[in-house]
Amino acid sequence: MTDIRPAIDFANFTCPLPLRDYPHVILGHGGGGALSRELIENVFLPAFRNPLLDRLGDSAVVTVDGARLAFSTDSYVVRPLFFPGGSIGDLAVNGTVNDLAMSGARPLFLSAGFIIEEGFPISQLAAIAGQMAAAAREAGVVIVTGDTKVVERGHGDGCYINTSGIGVVAADVLLGSQPIQPGDAVIVSGTIGDHGMAIMSVREGLEFDAPISSDTAALHVLVAAMLAVCPEIRLLRDPTRGGVATSLNEIASLAACGIEIDEARVPVTPVVASACEILGLDPLLVANEGKLLAIVPGDAAADLIAVMRADRRGQRAEIIGRVIAGHPGMVVMKTPFGAMRVVPMPIGEHLPRIC
Amino acid sequence: MKFLTEYRDVEAAQRLAADIGRIVTRPWAIMEVCGGQTHSIIRNGIDQLLPEGVEMIHGPGCPVCVTPLEMIDRALAIAARPEVIFCSFGDMLRVPGSRDNLFKVKGAGGDVRVVYSPLDALKLARQNPDREVVFLAIGFETTAPANAMAVKLAHEQGLRNFSALVSHVLVPPAIRAIMRSPGNRVQAFLAAGHVCSVMGSWQYPPIADEFRVPIVITGFEPLDLLEGIRRTVLQLENGRAEVENAYPRVVTEQGNVVAQDVIERVFEPTDRAWRGIGVIPASGWKLRDAYRDFDAELKFNVSGIKTSESPLCRSGDVLRGVLKPHQCPAFGKECTPRNPLGATMVSSEGACAAYYNYGRIVQINACRLDDGQCVVPHITPSAP
Amino acid sequence: MCLAVPGQVETVYEENGARMGRVNFGGVVKNVCLAYLPDIGVGDYTIVHVGFAISKIDEASAQETLRTFAELGLLDEELAELRATDPHATDTGTVL
Repeated sequence: MTDIRPAIDFANFTCPLPLRDYPHVILGHGGGGALSRELIENVFLPAFRNPLLDRLGDSAVVTVDGARLAFSTDSYVVRPLFFPGGSIGDLAVNGTVNDLAMSGARPLFLSAGFIIEEGFPISQLAAIAGQMAAAAREAGVVIVTGDTKVVERGHGDGCYINTSGIGVVAADVLLGSQPIQPGDAVIVSGTIGDHGMAIMSVREGLEFDAPISSDTAALHVLVAAMLAVCPEIRLLRDPTRGGVATSLNEIASLAACGIEIDEARVPVTPVVASACEILGLDPLLVANEGKLLAIVPGDAAADLIAVMRADRRGQRAEIIGRVIAGHPGMVVMKTPFGAMRVVPMPIGEHLPRIC
Repeated sequence: MKFLTEYRDVEAAQRLAADIGRIVTRPWAIMEVCGGQTHSIIRNGIDQLLPEGVEMIHGPGCPVCVTPLEMIDRALAIAARPEVIFCSFGDMLRVPGSRDNLFKVKGAGGDVRVVYSPLDALKLARQNPDREVVFLAIGFETTAPANAMAVKLAHEQGLRNFSALVSHVLVPPAIRAIMRSPGNRVQAFLAAGHVCSVMGSWQYPPIADEFRVPIVITGFEPLDLLEGIRRTVLQLENGRAEVENAYPRVVTEQGNVVAQDVIERVFEPTDRAWRGIGVIPASGWKLRDAYRDFDAELKFNVSGIKTSESPLCRSGDVLRGVLKPHQCPAFGKECTPRNPLGATMVSSEGACAAYYNYGRIVQINACRLDDGQCVVPHITPSAP
Repeated sequence: MCLAVPGQVETVYEENGARMGRVNFGGVVKNVCLAYLPDIGVGDYTIVHVGFAISKIDEASAQETLRTFAELGLLDEELAELRATDPHATDTGTVL
């Protein structure tokens, strides 16, 4: 159990909304949901405030000498380090590549920073590095710089990795400039919950007839194909921690529109569905590492699906819902029984329930 | 999944709902006791399928919601101790005590771990002989066999560093208390299917007779729930007040006798305070004297805790079915899942949380049908 | 409460003095304590709650229930037809 001490000086704190009820960071603050958002809004935004950061996108698109660059960073603290379908190394490369791809960028260069616990086996470190190299080759990116730190035994939980990435956003890419509007379609690129359940299954000692594999994958080629057929795509987002529910709620809030999805159209593999059943988890809240959500003009959706399904990363792509004018900021879902229910923004960690 | 998916058939659900519509001739108020049933009803929108006039009142069937405040505060005090590894089911982690919750205690350095089964806590005790492992043993009768077995095994294996903080609650006394409470509107009950898979159905005929209420033992899947409701409405329409088993594939009249035996050996009845409701006599189980060495309440001196419940919280009224969550003045304002005032807003099965998370759209639609003045607060994700 | 999920027993074994089983829940296999179902065997279906099997699923009963649901619709149709021809046809409700 690592002991996280926030390194901030409360005396110089200027945020009008003090962290009155959580004086210490809790795990939920890293869950990707409402608590994470609060931590960012209460601690980091006030400290770093600038218009680029305020957009809180997965990556920032900056203009340098007339060229648009996408810049992103992500840290990987997954436990266990190795799981069916990949390792922390795969996540570290694909995760940052995907953040760049969500801005419509062609990912080019990554940095890799390692924080390694004293006593960590070198053989495992080599395995992780090997997997990172393979993922980078697969994605067509180069790791050009890095850093290594070692912390004392008992800290660092084995190995933490941070990767930052730069990509180029071509001049003709409109992504980011098209407002989301009622009538837009919501598309998901494939089955949800695979990564989170692959992790959970190792932690909970589940076994499978057909194992659940993490879906970790680089999506920039799929994105390029999508933008080629529909440059007017409004937004792309990869639903990692907090799952599809978190991303859709963020999008609805950003767009000040409502989102309506159809439960029957959301693709979930049967074994992931079973695993969620027995642990009392909701697939909509489970992390994905090789999927994207796209908000697209309604009349382009069918063509996009066809193009996505032709790509190996989009074979199970589905139109799952639409953007509507009603209940702005809220995501609702039509159950197979015809009833409408709200898909709430998750608060913190998604916990298995017994009840 | 076999024995699960078949009971989610949409067409069959619509036919069952239609049949209920054909049978019903006047309004009825039915209470489902079990939180799992509440969750399933609201998550699937079963209540939206029911005809006008069949009202589901959500009962206190969520052990997370009804665990007494004192017990939560005791748990928090124990969990904060450095020698303790505190184990709990995931549902309990955000339940608010007088000041904290288990998550916050964890954030401040307490060793709090989520377990899927009490056997996991036993394993931790075996693996950590130098630490005190405490397991928060809450639940209705369904969970009692598991909790009892954990204590029994600890006793047999001499695991001196394992103890349980027990706060079991029982369904039959709760039903009696609800029927006796002033202002009660409940006319029939859906009994909890999995509680009855352990305890059987034999406890319920005396209750049905005493209060003249139909009691239908019901499962959790949409078809099971609709069938339970259908049979209940049929009884109400025909003036009958009997116990029926609408979940026969899992529930028998005698229940699981082996489990009842072990429960009887490890636990004994006790008066229990239900959070938000008050003390219901003989409505809980506590560890018998033979197992006192494994009783965390005795092992850790955490008495003298001053509890304080939020004055705004109306959980009790909600749990008794007297108030619907969105009728509570604090609902969606001072009290949200992010900042819950009471347990019913924390638990995924608490009626307040269910309404907030799943049911809001119905209220928002409903209130728009009024004069356009929306009394339900519009909540955006970033609102405090 | 009582999230309990149906699964099929694949193997039975002993661990720390308790009777355990490997149970398959729609493709997911988990170790479950079978101490409360001494008569359960490989191939049987059971309901599992927090790592313990608490009840055996009566398959015949399950089929019967599903059959009732299926017939419900048929009865509706028959009744509708009956009503169309005989306005005094009584509603017998469905089989309890």
